[in-house]
Amino acid sequence: MKTSNFIGAMLASTVIAGAASAQDVTLTIESWRNDDLAIWQEKIIPAFEAAHPGIKLNFTPSAPAEYNAVLNSKLDAGSAGDIITCRPFDASLALFEAGHLADISGIEGMASFSPVAKSGWSTDDASVQFCVPMASVIHGFIYNKDAFAELGLSEPTTEAEFFAALEAIKEDGSYIPMAMGTNDQWEAATMGYNNIGPNYWKGEEGRLALLAGDQKLTDEAWVAPYRQLAKWGDYLGDGYEAQTYPDSQNIFTLGRAAIYPTGSWEISGFNGLADFEMGAFYPPVQNAGDTCYISDHTDIGIGMNAATPNPEAATVFLNWVGSSEFATIFANSLPGFFPLSDAPVTLEDPLAQEFISWRGECESTIRSTYQVLSRGTPNLENETWNASVAVIKGEESPEDAGARLQDGLASWYEPQQ
Amino acid sequence: MADDLNKPKFRWHIVVFLAPAVLVYSAVMIYPLFNTLRLSLFTEVDQERVYVGLQNFKTLFGQTVWSDQFWNALANNFWFFVIHMLVQNPIGIALAAILSHPKLRFAAFYRSAIFIPTILSFVIVGFAWKLILSPIWGIAPGMLDAVGLKSLYAPWLGKEAYALTTLSLVSVWQFVGIPMMLIYAALLSIPDEILEAAEVEGITGLSAFWKIKLPLILPSIGIISILTFVANFNAFDLIYAAQGALAGPDFSTDILGTFMYRTFFGFQLQLGDPHMGSTIASAMFAIILIGVCLYLFGIQSRMRRYQF
Repeated sequence: MKTSNFIGAMLASTVIAGAASAQDVTLTIESWRNDDLAIWQEKIIPAFEAAHPGIKLNFTPSAPAEYNAVLNSKLDAGSAGDIITCRPFDASLALFEAGHLADISGIEGMASFSPVAKSGWSTDDASVQFCVPMASVIHGFIYNKDAFAELGLSEPTTEAEFFAALEAIKEDGSYIPMAMGTNDQWEAATMGYNNIGPNYWKGEEGRLALLAGDQKLTDEAWVAPYRQLAKWGDYLGDGYEAQTYPDSQNIFTLGRAAIYPTGSWEISGFNGLADFEMGAFYPPVQNAGDTCYISDHTDIGIGMNAATPNPEAATVFLNWVGSSEFATIFANSLPGFFPLSDAPVTLEDPLAQEFISWRGECESTIRSTYQVLSRGTPNLENETWNASVAVIKGEESPEDAGARLQDGLASWYEPQQ
Repeated sequence: MADDLNKPKFRWHIVVFLAPAVLVYSAVMIYPLFNTLRLSLFTEVDQERVYVGLQNFKTLFGQTVWSDQFWNALANNFWFFVIHMLVQNPIGIALAAILSHPKLRFAAFYRSAIFIPTILSFVIVGFAWKLILSPIWGIAPGMLDAVGLKSLYAPWLGKEAYALTTLSLVSVWQFVGIPMMLIYAALLSIPDEILEAAEVEGITGLSAFWKIKLPLILPSIGIISILTFVANFNAFDLIYAAQGALAGPDFSTDILGTFMYRTFFGFQLQLGDPHMGSTIASAMFAIILIGVCLYLFGIQSRMRRYQF
């Protein structure tokens, strides 16, 4: 008797609890940013829930490397969350075309973004947007200010100064000149090729010409970055061939390396780890006085699952993501992820300020391989990883790498045929 | 009445007892296997699944973009298998022979110590060895330096020429316990009378191993070889844990499992393609099936067995 009463009480309480929470809508957010879990739970979600009673948020990130696969299977099975964090370009475009992402071109929140910001999450003709741009990352070099002061070096602005600095650090011997490994491959392409490349191919000008088929990967502008990468190998420290991305991060934050080719996304992590002062410089130009180009890459967007049962609540949330309130919270809790909206935002972190100040000095572009060009097989982005590594190791000449990539691209991309 | 008694009753208990295993096995093994084979005959055009017959196989073997990767993965897989056959199995047999020596002390301890890596997760093994061999934090460079052999050290996992062999040897280290255990059991089952009879004939020590024990454990060695073959051609975990889905450097550690994973689920900007992924999985299935059949009909049926 006792047991059945107990079970009855349990059932009753479940029913009551269910009825009470039925008024609230809970939106589940899919994301690959598991590093940001604490920031979402402590800052973003409370701020949103305070302003929008009746809507609850549930942030459920998965591991970055598995996100695309996990999300695709969840969407196919109909078990994905209401809000989807969008990878830029083709991964999200494919989801939109498959009917998984809703068309949100019309919502108010989209008004505060420029066409470049929206380009990462628009159809090819830019007529339909399916994700609200959330943040971009800027590439450059972070350096150890203490090490530079100790060796009497200043921030290099030209390539000649850059290599002179590397040579000086190498000669001194107390620091590894540059912390980067080739084991994980993507750093060589993302922090190498796409970091220094825009200076050669003149940012958007070259990128759009490549898309249109007016330039080829065998052109000087696209091979020259590989020539510079080929010289990096000498300055990367012993055994860089087996050095992984976390290894490089640790080497730099432990103060063992002087320069770290990277992107602004490292700032929040590094601030807590490094006990020396960090500075940053943009990719050195070829000759003094040249215009500088930086990779200001649209990296994160956020959209709505087309199958969500709560489209109204999801729209409210997406509008809020486009507001300056969200941009301020996000940019300051994650210095290094820069908001893309036109809404005014003040940054507090000095290193992040340094990175974002380049937007005024230099011309912005996005990573060359992301839009359209990685749509076919072979995938240009993955091929670029491989080519950048081979060039750094000296296993392939810059010209051969360019020719190989061009052949691969021309095999499926019509404008290049 | 008599008829009723003679007629064999339908034995329901057989069905009942078999049902759980059959159902579970069909649901998690048979159905996915056939569904994968079926999926390899389809492709996706404009969000619709279309039947294309053997077109995917033509793409896989006919277009250099695909076939280069496939043959590279297959060749790497063969090398992975060759290292296991040449290193893991002989060492396993030798260890078993030593362990079965009656005068060896602490045999139980050695046996457990050698077998323990087998029960470790691939992730732990991959990560631990990556750390041991790391040029930055690893103990391998330091240990070689201590004995004056620093010049022999190279960042093995990062060099195309060594990475696959290094990972194969890590896998050998992990799994050498399995052939050891199987051979050990086979050696223990050889009756003492035979060995004693041999001793009377003057065959002792090493020649007893080569002339008496080895022929008697050949069937076990055959089983181990085929188990190694199947396990190696299905391998994926260690490479993925140590080198990631791109199986670097420059695909030098890419085996069929990682190639299939990358294609099926996609990687970074590469979108997943379940149909080509299934095609590769079907090719793997065919390779393993052919290998096992060759063994079963070509070797095992001719092997002589001894009854004690």
